[in-house]
Amino acid sequence: MELWQEILLKTGFALGVISVVMGIAAYSVLAERKVSSWIQGRVGPNRTTLPIIGAIPFIGPFLTRLGLFQPMADGLKFLFKEEPVPGHVNKLYYNLAPVVAMVPALTTMVILPFGQIKDSATGVVTPLILANVDVGVLFLFAVSSLGVYGIVLGAWASNNKYSFMGGIRSSAQMISYELTLGLAVLPVLMWANPPGSEGGLSLVNVVNAQGTLWTAIWQPISALLFLVAIFAETNRAPFDMPESETDLVGGFHTEYGAFKFGMFFVAEYAHIVIGSAVFVLLFLGGWHIFPGVADPWPAGYIGAVLSTATFLGKTCCLIFFFIWIRWTLPRFRYDQVMHLGWVILLPIAIANLILNIAIIAVWDKFNG
Amino acid sequence: MLDLLFYIFASLTVVPAFLMVTSRSPVTAAMFMIASLVGMACLFVMMDAFFLAILQVLVYAGAVMVLFLFIIMLLDMDEGEDLRTRAIPSMAAMVLGGLILVTILGFFSGKFDDQFPEIQEPAALKLDGSQTLPEVYEKHLPLPYSTKAKTFGYGLFTKYMLPFQVTGVLLLIAMVGVIVLSKRTTDESEGGSAT
Repeated sequence: MELWQEILLKTGFALGVISVVMGIAAYSVLAERKVSSWIQGRVGPNRTTLPIIGAIPFIGPFLTRLGLFQPMADGLKFLFKEEPVPGHVNKLYYNLAPVVAMVPALTTMVILPFGQIKDSATGVVTPLILANVDVGVLFLFAVSSLGVYGIVLGAWASNNKYSFMGGIRSSAQMISYELTLGLAVLPVLMWANPPGSEGGLSLVNVVNAQGTLWTAIWQPISALLFLVAIFAETNRAPFDMPESETDLVGGFHTEYGAFKFGMFFVAEYAHIVIGSAVFVLLFLGGWHIFPGVADPWPAGYIGAVLSTATFLGKTCCLIFFFIWIRWTLPRFRYDQVMHLGWVILLPIAIANLILNIAIIAVWDKFNG
Repeated sequence: MLDLLFYIFASLTVVPAFLMVTSRSPVTAAMFMIASLVGMACLFVMMDAFFLAILQVLVYAGAVMVLFLFIIMLLDMDEGEDLRTRAIPSMAAMVLGGLILVTILGFFSGKFDDQFPEIQEPAALKLDGSQTLPEVYEKHLPLPYSTKAKTFGYGLFTKYMLPFQVTGVLLLIAMVGVIVLSKRTTDESEGGSAT
């Protein structure tokens, strides 16, 4: 294959993955509105409709009542609204911040494996992934930690004390919970790399190690720590300090409107999608459908589609969990967030790591 | 193609580094420093050192610079501060930097022209039954020139164990020092708990 063909093919793959993730992100906005309204005994968006599809008997009104056309309306609204730029902002950083928030959210999906394809002739199993790099998990942490710059820059450039407070809180929160996040993953990676294996830090390796038993079942502490930390890293309730509207108006995006606000908004949901996907890969067995059932699908394209569907289904369940938590738990106070992160979660994470190291050491002593 | 990429990434490293030194606003300077660090990570990727590249982004761009920005914003530094450079220190820095550059160029020029070692992955090493990583270490062979994260870890915990531990102790000392300095004992005036 020529170089340009290869580049074109890779670009096509990347665009495909981006459109799927952005589609899920758009529809998780709708899911958020619908689920919140169901939890609160309301109806939620049920009016938006399309001319032709909406007129089909039974199906059209049904889809309209589900609000399936609402994301399109929302997107168009963000696009066509007037974009006011307040006079007191730092123009360059004000415009740059939404982009900086968006780019890391889209970049992390490069190392997410979303399924596998088994060649029916040779039986070789290839993971479906954009870039199967050896340092997968580290790449994820590195790039997603860049996402905080979008929030911090936007907050600072807005030249508004509420935005600014949101930005400061966000950076402190991200730094604090990144420690727990990393320490919670380490036991999983250690167990997924027994002596003699060549997996490294790739997420594919972690999923393959879960063929018989999901990590969440026998590593519940790591799973819980990771889950809490990922809630904090994605700025979701009960950790949505940067935009807690009761004390900070709108938080870091108070001064933003129209499409720039839309970019922050979509970036947040993209983070949720990616975070859910990573949790599924690390702890819920990736594309292995049940604990103990390692990818029962036939070889070839059907199996590939089914494994991807399994993975996406699990991810959607976890996105629902994210939304469910937001409309169930009240928000923490800021000092409580810091206390939880440094005084409770971090020591537990370190103890969990040392416990696992001890178990592995004893295991190696008596088995090897 | 590779040459073009190198020039792009090299300018992504050098130009923001220069702008960082010359820019008057601390936030702008910090942003240029981040750009420069990311550019350096790209250069590492070009040399197949993925692990180093990721660590560069993770540690410097992702953690250290967030703290820098945090401090800059918290202290709310203005760009009005007079940052005029003084003649003698800047001259001394220039001479020293130039000397170091000349030394490095003189030392390395022509040294690595055609003799880059071939990249060996641990998987490839294992095919030959006698050459797994532990055996490479036991036979005092040079560690394989590999891009895998595992090789870094193996090197750190075998051949370079002493430097690794010394670095760890140094970092521990720094950490203890910071805690001691920030927990300065207050003169027991009012309440006494203000730290």
